[in-house]
Amino acid sequence: MAMRADEIESMIKEAFPDASIAIDDLRGDGDHYAATIVSSAFAGKSRVQQHQLVYKALKGKMGNELHALALTTSAPPAS
Amino acid sequence: MALDDATSQRITKEVTDNPVVLFMKGTPVFPMCGFSAASVQILSHLGVRFKGINVLEDPAVREGIKAYSDWPTIPQLYVKGEFVGGCDILKEMFTTGELSALLAEKGIELDPAA
Repeated sequence: MAMRADEIESMIKEAFPDASIAIDDLRGDGDHYAATIVSSAFAGKSRVQQHQLVYKALKGKMGNELHALALTTSAPPAS
Repeated sequence: MALDDATSQRITKEVTDNPVVLFMKGTPVFPMCGFSAASVQILSHLGVRFKGINVLEDPAVREGIKAYSDWPTIPQLYVKGEFVGGCDILKEMFTTGELSALLAEKGIELDPAA
């Protein structure tokens, strides 16, 4: 079971249309990725809440098809 | 993700009776997953006494804990009954010093020789 980077990116983009997303394939096995996501949706939320939003965007794939996703999330700097 | 009442009560008891609990794969001495091992390393480095719960030996908790905290992966750290995060968040909080601050705020004694 694995996922492609573009699959992950499109699921995240669907949930966070304004997001800038960078996905790194950590091991090339389709199972271990890192993702850096910046979106206004994270503003005012704790890290746990931010990551929970991302997991929801992945519709149950996290911990199943996707074994590891090292997440770094943040809101854009206040302009 | 299923969580029956009995499992939920068991989890609540563990995170209430023990100030710091790490639900992990394997044990603190023999972690069975890189993320669990990294989390143990952070806690040991800070000198935090914690209870490691091996979810590999308890399938009901392994799945139930994910619904309990609405968090889909293991390991999971709890301090004074509150879900703190998984490995990523632990690492980030450790790097920024927030983890030490949280532990101090919650009155968790650090024993560098632990």
